[in-house]
Amino acid sequence: MLETIERHFRALAPAVDFCSLRFMAEQNEEIEVRQDVLQPVDTADDVGVMITVVDQGGLGYAATSDLTLSGLRGALEHATNWARQTASHAVVDHGQITRPAPVGDYAAHVALPWSQTPLSDRIDRARSQCARLKTDDRIVDWSASLWWISSEQLYLTSDGGRTHQRFEYLIPGLSVTANEGSETVSRRYGGFDFGRQGGLEILDQVGFDQQAPRLAQEVLQLLAAPNCPTGTMDLLLSPDQMYLQIHESIGHPLELDRILGDERNYAGTSFVTLDMLGSYRYGSDLLNITFDPTIADEFATYQWDDDGVTADRQYIIRDGILERALGGITSQLRADQPGVANSRACSWNRPPIDRMANLNLEPGDDSFDDMVSGVENGIYMQRNTSWSIDDSRNKFQFGCEMGHLIRDGELRGIVKKPNYKGISATFWRSLKGVGNPDLFEVLGTPFCGKGEPNQVIRVGHASPPALFADVEVFGGE
Amino acid sequence: MTMKSDFYGLADTLCAKMTGSEVLLLNFNGEETDFVRFNMSQVRQPGHVQQRYLRIELIDGQRHTSATLTLSGGSECRNGRDESVDLPRSIAVIEQLRQRLTELPEDPHLLYNTESTSSETQSDHRLPAANEVVDQILRAGIGHDLVGILAMGSICAGFANSLGQRNWFASHSANFDWSFYLRADKAVKCAYAGVEWKADQFQAKVDGALEQLSVLEREPRTIPPGNYRVFLAPGALADLVGMLNWGSLGLKSYETKQTSLLRMITNKAALDASVTLRDNTADGVTANFQSQGFLKPDHVELISAGTHADWLVSPRSAREYGVTANGADDWESASCLELAAGTIPQAQILEQLGTGVFINNVWYLNFSDRPACRITGMTRFACFWVEDGQIVAPINVMRFDETLYRALGENLIGLTQEREMILDAGSYSRRATSSARFPGALIDDFHFNL
Repeated sequence: MLETIERHFRALAPAVDFCSLRFMAEQNEEIEVRQDVLQPVDTADDVGVMITVVDQGGLGYAATSDLTLSGLRGALEHATNWARQTASHAVVDHGQITRPAPVGDYAAHVALPWSQTPLSDRIDRARSQCARLKTDDRIVDWSASLWWISSEQLYLTSDGGRTHQRFEYLIPGLSVTANEGSETVSRRYGGFDFGRQGGLEILDQVGFDQQAPRLAQEVLQLLAAPNCPTGTMDLLLSPDQMYLQIHESIGHPLELDRILGDERNYAGTSFVTLDMLGSYRYGSDLLNITFDPTIADEFATYQWDDDGVTADRQYIIRDGILERALGGITSQLRADQPGVANSRACSWNRPPIDRMANLNLEPGDDSFDDMVSGVENGIYMQRNTSWSIDDSRNKFQFGCEMGHLIRDGELRGIVKKPNYKGISATFWRSLKGVGNPDLFEVLGTPFCGKGEPNQVIRVGHASPPALFADVEVFGGE
Repeated sequence: MTMKSDFYGLADTLCAKMTGSEVLLLNFNGEETDFVRFNMSQVRQPGHVQQRYLRIELIDGQRHTSATLTLSGGSECRNGRDESVDLPRSIAVIEQLRQRLTELPEDPHLLYNTESTSSETQSDHRLPAANEVVDQILRAGIGHDLVGILAMGSICAGFANSLGQRNWFASHSANFDWSFYLRADKAVKCAYAGVEWKADQFQAKVDGALEQLSVLEREPRTIPPGNYRVFLAPGALADLVGMLNWGSLGLKSYETKQTSLLRMITNKAALDASVTLRDNTADGVTANFQSQGFLKPDHVELISAGTHADWLVSPRSAREYGVTANGADDWESASCLELAAGTIPQAQILEQLGTGVFINNVWYLNFSDRPACRITGMTRFACFWVEDGQIVAPINVMRFDETLYRALGENLIGLTQEREMILDAGSYSRRATSSARFPGALIDDFHFNL
């Protein structure tokens, strides 16, 4: 199919300043066993192209699932018309943007390919873990799931660029819910916060088969636990909450298109302004944030972004100081600022915009025990369950599934419904401990929403646990 | 060829290929949309999207499996003839599904419609060309900071099965969702949507928004955390109550004790008697059939006079829990949520609010304590501090954290007589067709915590 698409594209030979074609083919399959019953096994095969035209200073795009020559010709006509009709009203002279013409191939490493494992084995893998979750009559719902995605992308430019990238993703999940009277609690593993690139080898790497008994035990402990207390205290966050904290209060506010106002009608603006880049103290000296497409199994690792720009590792925040924002080539020109290769589209039918890709907290020096032992009055929170932040990405309130009180340097009892709130602009300055490289976990979410038209995309976040001072903590009703 | 004739033609051919006890379910959705994005009253990204998806579900006894594929709608010349690209691909998928069926166990919760209930709903194409609308929008933005998204074109959905059922839904609509910004985060949110685009109606919306924008020029006020009397405008109330669509309206959420309305059953918790909530498909703008071929009833009453009435029941839940399905999709969420009107005239709202907060929009809601139905979120866009029935100043954004049991229960003063129809501007994967019809709500002791 790729050869035909390329032949069609070259045959179009449009008389415009620049033209590109982005072909995407994505397959996925989800296997879920709920209450020991296999749920419907659905697969999807999503294939289409987007043609982007730059002409007379304007830019237009057209996406189609009609991959015939006439289908591509129709898309080219739509894209060209939009580019020319809006050229005099465009937010930027798109003709001034230097667009690369990259050439090459990239394929993510996959040791145990999903497609080479029999369906019955894939089902058994989920079924066997589901069966271990129902350990008590108070457990009212339980499930295990495996979500596999394979993605292939061809990018062609009218000036000879041609890249081909292949990716494979796996998102495992476990969920168990317990109830007594009107009180219901859940413990989950993966699902929306855990995804990596690779094949079924990921399950062994993360100990998927060892999680179910722990979750079943913890959900019953939570059901019997008291509510999280209210107060200002030290807060130790596990990596499966840190990913969300990084995502919402560092990632989104640093997206250059938000800073430039593109998202103000939907996802929001940012408390960060262009004049803060290069000098603003975002956090304490312990805060080091990187845009890192070099971690092979992280969710958003790639060789080129969707504008064909080569992706490389960049410090975004170093020793607490904001160095650069997250913006692709269009935003970089508009803002006159350096950025990163993060112009990404969720699929063939949506245009690229500035996204997070992999955004990580670099490890520090502390062991887990170091951080706990330094806390007189605090709480350790695990696994995000609630997230909300204002449209400038400043005032946030997050909730976790489980909390452990910390008293006089020791982990104490479990509490349920732990929530905390803060303000991004000051929260990171209270960072006082960062876990060492042994505690660094590669996580990511398949569900980052943004953009008009709306797009949901995969982003990676790797982080060790981290300790914050004097955070407002509270519980449920 | 149209999407409808393409789909029906494909369905006839594929359904004829069923053998023995095989049953085929086909779900189609497609759209042809112009998306034009604006920022600072200029064009950020203009484009056109044409997409067609077909979900093929093959059933044999209690075994079933499905695959979704993109359709081309095009044809290519083969052996001197123009032949459909989609037919051979679809046939190949059915063969793959046949193979997969042999590897799958029986599904005890499989249920699909076996009574032929065909239907058709489609609106005429009455929209002007997209570039004409873009010109009007650009003129409206002159001298102002306009940011938003125009989506216009056709949306189609279809169902067919090998038992002879055919359903079709098509609409041609425009949805312009935008904001006028004054400075920083101070803005007025606006929407103009429907199956027609009238320049004078659009201009009236623009004029109304600019009038509100002038109020934002006053010095904003920061209010300290605490409890306040508030007025939630219809859009804000729809967003707040719409959180119930996150896994609280379906039978499965009740049977697994995860609904945030559980206390309405276990503790007989009640909302104010003025609260009646329904999924009103009859007055909505979405398809009246679901993916297993069942028709949606005109409405399902979910909360009646403050007490719980019914759950949305998907075919799968119906089979699992031994009840009758009521047209819900797999996720058991409402697509046309509607709250009954109250008795307070909108014109008296400021007077009855007295001193408090007028909330036009809320943002980024989430449950902070699901069993208590406690929801946190932010105020956004044009929200105002009101004193003695007069708008005094815009407020800086505030975080609230409050339970629906209190807000629509003991603390609810009343709902407005007037209601607003809100068409979903969402476009994740495809343009949304859901809607909401809500009044505004006057509420006492609404809790702000940050």
